[in-house]
Amino acid sequence: MTSTTITWESETVRIAGAALHVARAGAGAPLLVLHHDVGSLERLPFYDALARRFTVLVPSHPGYDRSERPDWLRSVRDVAVLYQCLLAERELTRDPGRVSLLGLGFGGWIAAEMATMAPRAFRRLVLVGAMGLKPERGEIADQALLSYIDYVRRGFADPRVFDRIFGAEPPTSTLEQWDLNREMTFRIAWKPYMYNPTLGRLLGSVATPALVVWGREDRIVPLECGERYQKALLLGEVHEVHRAGHFVEMEKPDELAQLVTRFVTEA
Amino acid sequence: MHLMYFTEQPMSAYPEAEGRDFGATALMLSNRFFDPVAGSRLYNEYLEHYRLAEAVGFDGIMLNEHHNAPFCMQAKCNIFASILAAATTRVKLVLLGNPLPLADNPVRLAEELAMIDMVSRGRLVSGFVRGGGQEQLAAGVNPAYNRERFEEAHELIVKAWTEPGPFRWEGAHYQHRVVNPWAVPLQKPHPRVWIPGVLSKETIVWAAKKRYPYIALSTAIDATKKIWELYDSVAAATGYAGGPEYRGYLQRCHVAETEEKALANAQQFMWMQGEFTGLAHPVWSSPSGYFSPSYRTAFVEYAVGRRSNPRGAAFEDQLRDQQIVAGTPKTVIPKLRRLLEETRPSILGFWASDGFVSNEDAKTCIRLLGEEVLPALRDIGKELGLWSPFEANAPVSLRFPEPARSAASRV
Repeated sequence: MTSTTITWESETVRIAGAALHVARAGAGAPLLVLHHDVGSLERLPFYDALARRFTVLVPSHPGYDRSERPDWLRSVRDVAVLYQCLLAERELTRDPGRVSLLGLGFGGWIAAEMATMAPRAFRRLVLVGAMGLKPERGEIADQALLSYIDYVRRGFADPRVFDRIFGAEPPTSTLEQWDLNREMTFRIAWKPYMYNPTLGRLLGSVATPALVVWGREDRIVPLECGERYQKALLLGEVHEVHRAGHFVEMEKPDELAQLVTRFVTEA
Repeated sequence: MHLMYFTEQPMSAYPEAEGRDFGATALMLSNRFFDPVAGSRLYNEYLEHYRLAEAVGFDGIMLNEHHNAPFCMQAKCNIFASILAAATTRVKLVLLGNPLPLADNPVRLAEELAMIDMVSRGRLVSGFVRGGGQEQLAAGVNPAYNRERFEEAHELIVKAWTEPGPFRWEGAHYQHRVVNPWAVPLQKPHPRVWIPGVLSKETIVWAAKKRYPYIALSTAIDATKKIWELYDSVAAATGYAGGPEYRGYLQRCHVAETEEKALANAQQFMWMQGEFTGLAHPVWSSPSGYFSPSYRTAFVEYAVGRRSNPRGAAFEDQLRDQQIVAGTPKTVIPKLRRLLEETRPSILGFWASDGFVSNEDAKTCIRLLGEEVLPALRDIGKELGLWSPFEANAPVSLRFPEPARSAASRV
């Protein structure tokens, strides 16, 4: 990968009355990146790496980080519909079959919902440690029982990576943002917590080629959920990333970026 | 004055060391430490205390509920209210209260409360609360919609009580095809609604806008004064004058034959104080969305251990601020006079014992309060003009501005 600086632009797009913040960089085929339930830092080396090959769009979910909270929003499917509207708004992303979806954790759930709504509309679908399906044996970690710091730490296989990115003791402003994002997650995904009981059935009709990636040490969403996705999407195997937890894009940015790039660009 | 007896109904028979080791005494402390043999004994002791409180002259019995915690054995205040509706004859049954957001069917609550009102021959005061933070988790109820659910459930209950059914309810959080409960309250227009609280300004403002009395739960005197400043200003803006009949206060107050014994027993009030609820786990007691956004900074810092509990205070500080009053009847009366003079409530609850206070000491406390403290307070109340909503025959709410009709005239 080259080390050229990536220039990011951002804009505010109004969808169904909600002001969504969308960051954008790069050129090439459009790739919509959907972030975790804890939100996302504005810049990540992982996003930069993707922007070297794609036109990367990173919206802040409605009610998260830099996007306004629509008080009426009630479900993850509502978010998926908002993003369908966002894609329909612009020339680059309007046509079926052009856009690829990359969903990280909670964003993976949103991406999966989007794929079921439009089974042939996307070029590629990549799910990384995706929520959305109910585990049969284990549980999806309940953030309501964990402090903001403990929850995010739990998503890292290597605690030093957390320290490097957020600081060993993240500032109060970060905690407040995590609290706001958590509140929004509760507003739309409280019950059932972090899954949609009908999603598994609907995934069977998705015709978009998909890749399921999991951090081998994911302690937030158990690997068995990846196996369920893989089965529901009629795929081969879950791609496991070694020495990574739930936040694969922060622990193994280059490896994940290469994996995504290869899968999305292959014929 | 309206003088009430209150106990949290502590489950004091659990192994305290287990709670301390675990570090929290609510939500996740395993119920394997709950001993139903001790529970059965304690429930019956508490029932005995309530009947004694009526016998020695209290005007009301205040009941509440909490969940998944040893500091309060009442998991449903309507259960004890039902028992007391039959086991007492005179005292008001003051529920402070039913946690509305926890209810998935407020119509059922309206029915239960109407039944309690009828069985007790019109002695129900029906307070409503939001429920503690960790109780949203215990009940699986979304903390982010706590206040919305509180307000909507309240509207539905008052409508079910006061408007003939059947009607349909299509709300944001509650939808009912047919609301037509065949149990309606004896008291008209409806049982009095009092709103207890400790921290949220929103609740004070809401109560004042509804013209419901607000019951300050053991706040320090200066904080209590600020509550009444806010309440009175909202009342004035709403078109009525605030004053004693809208003011209630819950006072931790233990009396005994000697100062030493009273102070030793009063230490037990700390038994259940981490928050207002035991050794509170900061994350579980303040789930995201439950608290007002104005407290966000304080609570996120509390949640990760960067600041102490916004509600915690040391025993000595609480004695100094009179959040805890302890002594013989002779020494507590002047302290209570100061409370009445400075904050002018007409409704006063006595949280009399807590924790491991023995059955005998708890009963002695109730007897001394009834025989010596209450008569003195009634005189002070008269002298200061602290007329309760019953004495003042105040309207039950802004919506029903006519003076309330007593149940006695209807049975």
